[in-house]
Amino acid sequence: MTQSIENTNAWEGGVRPYNASYGKLMMWFFLITDALTFSGFLVAYGFSRFKFQDLWPVAEDVFTHFPFMHGHHPLLFVALMTFILIMSSVTMVLAVNYGHKMEKEKVILWLSLTIVGGAIFLGSQAWEWAHFIHGLDGVPATLVSNPYGHALFADYFFFITGFHGFHVFSGILILTVILINVIKGTYEKRGHYEMVEKVGLYWHFVDLVWVFVFTFFYLV
Amino acid sequence: MANETKGNWWIWKVFWILLGITTFEVALGMIKPDFLMGEFLGTKLINHVFIILTLVKAAYIVLEFMHLGHETKGLKWTILLPAIILIPYLFFIILTEGGYAYMMM
Repeated sequence: MTQSIENTNAWEGGVRPYNASYGKLMMWFFLITDALTFSGFLVAYGFSRFKFQDLWPVAEDVFTHFPFMHGHHPLLFVALMTFILIMSSVTMVLAVNYGHKMEKEKVILWLSLTIVGGAIFLGSQAWEWAHFIHGLDGVPATLVSNPYGHALFADYFFFITGFHGFHVFSGILILTVILINVIKGTYEKRGHYEMVEKVGLYWHFVDLVWVFVFTFFYLV
Repeated sequence: MANETKGNWWIWKVFWILLGITTFEVALGMIKPDFLMGEFLGTKLINHVFIILTLVKAAYIVLEFMHLGHETKGLKWTILLPAIILIPYLFFIILTEGGYAYMMM
Protein backbone atom coordinates (compact mmCIF):
# COMPACT_ATOMS: atom_id res chain seq x y z
CA MET A 1 0.00 0.00 0.00
CA THR A 2 2.76 2.46 0.84
CA GLN A 3 6.22 2.72 -0.55
CA SER A 4 9.16 2.89 1.77
CA ILE A 5 11.51 5.86 1.60
CA GLU A 6 14.53 3.68 0.75
CA ASN A 7 13.64 2.88 -2.83
CA THR A 8 12.14 6.25 -3.75
CA ASN A 9 13.61 9.70 -3.45
CA ALA A 10 11.23 11.52 -1.15
CA TRP A 11 11.75 14.80 -3.05
CA GLU A 12 10.50 13.38 -6.34
CA GLY A 13 6.97 12.69 -5.17
CA GLY A 14 5.17 9.41 -5.02
CA VAL A 15 5.75 9.15 -1.27
CA ARG A 16 2.95 9.63 1.20
CA PRO A 17 3.84 12.16 3.90
CA TYR A 18 3.09 10.77 7.35
CA ASN A 19 1.97 7.55 5.73
CA ALA A 20 -1.47 9.09 5.15
CA SER A 21 -3.17 9.51 1.79
CA TYR A 22 -3.53 12.93 0.18
CA GLY A 23 -7.27 13.06 0.82
CA LYS A 24 -7.01 12.12 4.46
CA LEU A 25 -4.25 14.62 5.10
CA MET A 26 -6.23 17.41 3.46
CA MET A 27 -9.31 16.49 5.48
CA TRP A 28 -7.20 16.82 8.64
CA PHE A 29 -5.85 20.20 7.55
CA PHE A 30 -9.38 21.40 6.80
CA LEU A 31 -10.55 20.21 10.21
CA ILE A 32 -7.74 22.13 11.92
CA THR A 33 -8.85 25.35 10.22
CA ASP A 34 -12.45 24.59 11.11
CA ALA A 35 -11.47 23.93 14.72
CA LEU A 36 -9.77 27.35 14.86
CA THR A 37 -12.90 28.96 13.36
CA PHE A 38 -15.13 27.45 16.03
CA SER A 39 -12.57 28.44 18.69
CA GLY A 40 -12.85 32.00 17.43
CA PHE A 41 -16.64 31.91 17.83
CA LEU A 42 -16.56 30.39 21.28
CA VAL A 43 -13.85 32.76 22.47
CA ALA A 44 -15.89 35.72 21.17
CA TYR A 45 -18.82 34.35 23.15
CA GLY A 46 -16.55 34.17 26.21
CA PHE A 47 -15.42 37.76 25.73
CA SER A 48 -18.97 39.12 25.58
CA ARG A 49 -20.02 36.98 28.49
CA PHE A 50 -17.15 38.27 30.64
CA LYS A 51 -17.77 41.85 29.56
CA PHE A 52 -21.53 41.76 30.20
CA GLN A 53 -21.47 39.30 33.07
CA ASP A 54 -24.10 41.23 35.01
CA LEU A 55 -26.60 40.96 32.16
CA TRP A 56 -25.73 37.47 30.95
CA PRO A 57 -28.46 34.86 31.44
CA VAL A 58 -27.86 31.52 33.12
CA ALA A 59 -28.28 28.88 30.40
CA GLU A 60 -30.22 26.59 32.73
CA ASP A 61 -32.94 29.20 33.12
CA VAL A 62 -33.26 29.51 29.34
CA PHE A 63 -33.22 25.92 28.10
CA THR A 64 -35.67 24.19 30.40
CA HIS A 65 -38.11 22.45 28.08
CA PHE A 66 -38.42 18.84 27.07
CA PRO A 67 -40.83 17.51 24.41
CA PHE A 68 -44.13 16.11 25.76
CA MET A 69 -43.15 16.98 29.33
CA HIS A 70 -44.24 19.88 31.47
CA GLY A 71 -42.26 21.69 34.08
CA HIS A 72 -38.67 22.68 34.58
CA HIS A 73 -36.13 20.32 33.01
CA PRO A 74 -32.83 22.12 32.61
CA LEU A 75 -30.06 20.39 30.64
CA LEU A 76 -32.15 17.31 29.91
CA PHE A 77 -32.91 18.02 26.26
CA VAL A 78 -29.35 19.06 25.36
CA ALA A 79 -28.10 15.96 27.15
CA LEU A 80 -30.35 13.91 24.88
CA MET A 81 -29.04 15.77 21.81
CA THR A 82 -25.48 15.07 22.94
CA PHE A 83 -26.36 11.40 23.34
CA ILE A 84 -27.84 11.28 19.83
CA LEU A 85 -24.72 12.82 18.32
CA ILE A 86 -22.35 10.51 20.25
CA MET A 87 -24.50 7.59 19.11
CA SER A 88 -24.24 8.67 15.47
CA SER A 89 -20.48 8.93 15.94
CA VAL A 90 -20.45 5.33 17.13
CA THR A 91 -22.44 4.13 14.12
CA MET A 92 -19.98 6.08 11.94
CA VAL A 93 -16.93 4.29 13.40
CA LEU A 94 -18.73 0.99 12.90
CA ALA A 95 -19.29 1.87 9.23
CA VAL A 96 -15.59 2.76 8.86
CA ASN A 97 -14.57 -0.44 10.63
CA TYR A 98 -16.70 -2.61 8.32
CA GLY A 99 -15.29 -0.63 5.40
CA HIS A 100 -11.82 -1.86 6.39
CA LYS A 101 -13.18 -5.38 6.28
CA MET A 102 -14.84 -4.74 2.87
CA GLU A 103 -18.25 -5.77 4.19
CA LYS A 104 -20.48 -3.69 1.93
CA GLU A 105 -23.85 -4.63 3.45
CA LYS A 106 -22.76 -3.64 6.96
CA VAL A 107 -21.25 -0.37 5.74
CA ILE A 108 -24.63 0.44 4.17
CA LEU A 109 -26.46 -0.41 7.40
CA TRP A 110 -24.28 1.66 9.75
CA LEU A 111 -23.88 4.57 7.33
CA SER A 112 -27.67 4.75 6.98
CA LEU A 113 -28.08 4.76 10.75
CA THR A 114 -25.52 7.57 11.00
CA ILE A 115 -27.61 9.65 8.59
CA VAL A 116 -30.73 8.92 10.63
CA GLY A 117 -28.90 10.00 13.82
CA GLY A 118 -27.79 13.24 12.18
CA ALA A 119 -31.33 13.94 10.98
CA ILE A 120 -32.75 13.37 14.47
CA PHE A 121 -30.15 15.74 15.88
CA LEU A 122 -31.09 18.42 13.33
CA GLY A 123 -34.76 17.97 14.16
CA SER A 124 -33.97 18.36 17.86
CA GLN A 125 -32.07 21.52 17.13
CA ALA A 126 -35.01 22.91 15.18
CA TRP A 127 -37.21 22.19 18.21
CA GLU A 128 -34.71 23.88 20.50
CA TRP A 129 -34.58 26.94 18.24
CA ALA A 130 -38.37 27.12 18.03
CA HIS A 131 -38.60 27.18 21.81
CA PHE A 132 -35.81 29.71 22.13
CA ILE A 133 -37.40 32.04 19.55
CA HIS A 134 -40.83 31.65 21.14
CA GLY A 135 -39.35 33.39 24.17
CA LEU A 136 -40.84 34.09 27.58
CA ASP A 137 -44.27 35.52 28.46
CA GLY A 138 -45.05 36.51 24.89
CA VAL A 139 -41.71 38.29 24.35
CA PRO A 140 -39.93 36.59 21.44
CA ALA A 141 -36.17 36.24 21.02
CA THR A 142 -34.74 37.99 17.98
CA LEU A 143 -31.31 39.16 16.87
CA VAL A 144 -32.09 42.60 18.29
CA SER A 145 -33.49 41.69 21.69
CA ASN A 146 -34.52 38.70 23.77
CA PRO A 147 -36.31 38.17 27.08
CA TYR A 148 -33.46 36.15 28.63
CA GLY A 149 -30.73 38.75 29.02
CA HIS A 150 -28.19 40.65 26.95
CA ALA A 151 -29.02 40.85 23.22
CA LEU A 152 -25.67 39.27 22.31
CA PHE A 153 -26.67 36.07 24.10
CA ALA A 154 -29.28 35.27 21.46
CA ASP A 155 -26.95 36.39 18.66
CA TYR A 156 -24.26 33.95 19.75
CA PHE A 157 -26.84 31.23 20.28
CA PHE A 158 -28.18 31.59 16.74
CA PHE A 159 -24.74 32.00 15.23
CA ILE A 160 -22.80 29.24 16.99
CA THR A 161 -25.48 26.55 17.15
CA GLY A 162 -26.59 27.60 13.67
CA PHE A 163 -23.09 27.24 12.26
CA HIS A 164 -22.75 23.87 13.96
CA GLY A 165 -26.18 22.82 12.71
CA PHE A 166 -25.13 23.77 9.19
CA HIS A 167 -22.10 21.51 9.61
CA VAL A 168 -24.43 18.68 10.60
CA PHE A 169 -26.62 19.44 7.59
CA SER A 170 -23.62 19.41 5.22
CA GLY A 171 -22.45 16.21 6.90
CA ILE A 172 -25.78 14.56 6.15
CA LEU A 173 -25.53 15.60 2.49
CA ILE A 174 -21.95 14.28 2.18
CA LEU A 175 -22.85 11.05 3.98
CA THR A 176 -25.77 10.56 1.60
CA VAL A 177 -23.53 10.98 -1.44
CA ILE A 178 -21.04 8.49 0.01
CA LEU A 179 -23.86 6.08 0.87
CA ILE A 180 -25.11 6.16 -2.73
CA ASN A 181 -21.56 5.39 -3.90
CA VAL A 182 -21.30 2.50 -1.45
CA ILE A 183 -24.61 1.09 -2.68
CA LYS A 184 -23.50 1.47 -6.31
CA GLY A 185 -20.34 -0.47 -5.46
CA THR A 186 -17.92 2.35 -6.33
CA TYR A 187 -15.59 1.57 -3.42
CA GLU A 188 -15.91 -2.17 -3.91
CA LYS A 189 -14.46 -1.62 -7.41
CA ARG A 190 -11.83 0.79 -6.08
CA GLY A 191 -10.67 -1.85 -3.63
CA HIS A 192 -10.96 0.26 -0.48
CA TYR A 193 -13.47 2.28 1.51
CA GLU A 194 -11.23 5.24 2.31
CA MET A 195 -13.92 7.76 1.32
CA VAL A 196 -16.06 6.42 4.16
CA GLU A 197 -13.12 6.98 6.48
CA LYS A 198 -12.66 10.57 5.27
CA VAL A 199 -16.29 11.55 5.67
CA GLY A 200 -16.07 9.78 9.03
CA LEU A 201 -13.34 12.20 10.12
CA TYR A 202 -15.62 15.11 9.26
CA TRP A 203 -18.57 13.57 11.07
CA HIS A 204 -16.57 12.94 14.27
CA PHE A 205 -15.34 16.51 14.11
CA VAL A 206 -18.94 17.73 14.11
CA ASP A 207 -19.50 15.62 17.22
CA LEU A 208 -16.30 17.04 18.74
CA VAL A 209 -17.47 20.62 18.20
CA TRP A 210 -20.82 19.82 19.80
CA VAL A 211 -19.02 18.50 22.89
CA PHE A 212 -17.44 21.94 23.29
CA VAL A 213 -20.61 23.87 22.45
CA PHE A 214 -22.45 21.73 25.02
CA THR A 215 -19.90 22.65 27.70
CA PHE A 216 -19.45 26.33 26.94
CA PHE A 217 -23.03 27.18 26.06
CA TYR A 218 -25.04 24.98 28.39
CA LEU A 219 -22.89 23.78 31.28
CA VAL A 220 -20.38 26.48 32.21
CA MET B 1 -4.59 -0.14 10.16
CA ALA B 2 -4.54 -2.11 13.37
CA ASN B 3 -8.31 -2.05 13.32
CA GLU B 4 -8.48 -4.46 10.43
CA THR B 5 -7.87 -7.30 12.82
CA LYS B 6 -9.45 -5.66 15.88
CA GLY B 7 -13.13 -6.29 16.53
CA ASN B 8 -15.72 -3.74 17.52
CA TRP B 9 -15.37 -3.92 21.30
CA TRP B 10 -13.11 -0.86 21.52
CA ILE B 11 -15.77 1.27 19.82
CA TRP B 12 -18.31 0.37 22.47
CA LYS B 13 -15.74 0.93 25.20
CA VAL B 14 -15.21 4.51 24.00
CA PHE B 15 -18.98 4.93 23.66
CA TRP B 16 -19.57 3.99 27.30
CA ILE B 17 -16.78 6.30 28.46
CA LEU B 18 -18.26 9.24 26.50
CA LEU B 19 -21.77 8.48 27.70
CA GLY B 20 -20.60 8.06 31.31
CA ILE B 21 -18.76 11.38 31.32
CA THR B 22 -21.72 13.22 29.73
CA THR B 23 -24.16 11.73 32.25
CA PHE B 24 -21.83 12.71 35.08
CA GLU B 25 -21.58 16.28 33.72
CA VAL B 26 -25.36 16.64 33.43
CA ALA B 27 -25.87 15.23 36.94
CA LEU B 28 -23.24 17.61 38.30
CA GLY B 29 -24.91 20.52 36.48
CA MET B 30 -28.27 19.66 38.02
CA ILE B 31 -27.07 18.97 41.57
CA LYS B 32 -24.42 21.72 41.78
CA PRO B 33 -22.70 20.45 44.94
CA ASP B 34 -21.76 23.24 47.35
CA PHE B 35 -18.11 22.30 47.65
CA LEU B 36 -17.63 22.97 43.91
CA MET B 37 -19.14 26.45 44.01
CA GLY B 38 -16.04 28.26 45.25
CA GLU B 39 -14.07 30.60 43.00
CA PHE B 40 -10.80 29.41 41.53
CA LEU B 41 -8.75 31.09 38.78
CA GLY B 42 -11.52 33.48 37.79
CA THR B 43 -14.41 31.04 37.60
CA LYS B 44 -16.29 28.52 39.71
CA LEU B 45 -14.54 25.27 40.62
CA ILE B 46 -17.37 23.29 38.98
CA ASN B 47 -16.56 24.94 35.64
CA HIS B 48 -12.99 23.68 35.85
CA VAL B 49 -14.37 20.18 36.38
CA PHE B 50 -16.61 20.60 33.29
CA ILE B 51 -13.73 21.83 31.15
CA ILE B 52 -11.37 19.02 32.21
CA LEU B 53 -14.06 16.39 31.54
CA THR B 54 -14.78 17.97 28.16
CA LEU B 55 -11.10 17.75 27.23
CA VAL B 56 -11.09 14.07 28.24
CA LYS B 57 -14.09 13.48 25.95
CA ALA B 58 -12.41 15.40 23.14
CA ALA B 59 -9.27 13.30 23.54
CA TYR B 60 -11.23 10.07 23.21
CA ILE B 61 -13.07 11.31 20.11
CA VAL B 62 -9.92 12.55 18.37
CA LEU B 63 -7.50 9.80 19.38
CA GLU B 64 -9.84 6.81 19.08
CA PHE B 65 -12.83 7.63 16.86
CA MET B 66 -10.77 9.77 14.49
CA HIS B 67 -7.94 7.29 14.81
CA LEU B 68 -5.32 10.00 15.32
CA GLY B 69 -3.77 8.14 18.24
CA HIS B 70 -2.82 5.34 15.83
CA GLU B 71 -1.41 7.49 13.01
CA THR B 72 2.30 8.21 12.63
CA LYS B 73 3.88 10.39 15.28
CA GLY B 74 4.49 13.21 12.76
CA LEU B 75 0.86 13.42 11.65
CA LYS B 76 -0.36 13.23 15.23
CA TRP B 77 1.66 16.21 16.42
CA THR B 78 1.12 18.22 13.21
CA ILE B 79 -2.59 18.14 13.95
CA LEU B 80 -2.50 18.38 17.75
CA LEU B 81 0.17 21.01 18.40
CA PRO B 82 -1.46 23.99 16.63
CA ALA B 83 -4.71 23.25 18.45
CA ILE B 84 -3.09 22.68 21.84
CA ILE B 85 -0.93 25.82 21.64
CA LEU B 86 -3.11 28.34 19.78
CA ILE B 87 -6.55 27.68 21.22
CA PRO B 88 -5.73 27.92 24.96
CA TYR B 89 -3.61 31.00 24.22
CA LEU B 90 -6.51 32.63 22.36
CA PHE B 91 -8.85 31.83 25.24
CA PHE B 92 -6.42 33.15 27.84
CA ILE B 93 -5.77 36.45 26.11
CA ILE B 94 -9.35 37.21 25.01
CA LEU B 95 -10.98 36.23 28.29
CA THR B 96 -8.49 38.34 30.21
CA GLU B 97 -9.45 41.20 27.92
CA GLY B 98 -13.15 40.47 28.52
CA GLY B 99 -12.63 40.76 32.28
CA TYR B 100 -10.82 44.05 31.75
CA ALA B 101 -13.62 45.36 29.50
CA TYR B 102 -16.06 44.55 32.30
CA MET B 103 -14.06 46.53 34.85
CA MET B 104 -13.81 49.53 32.50
CA MET B 105 -17.56 49.81 31.88
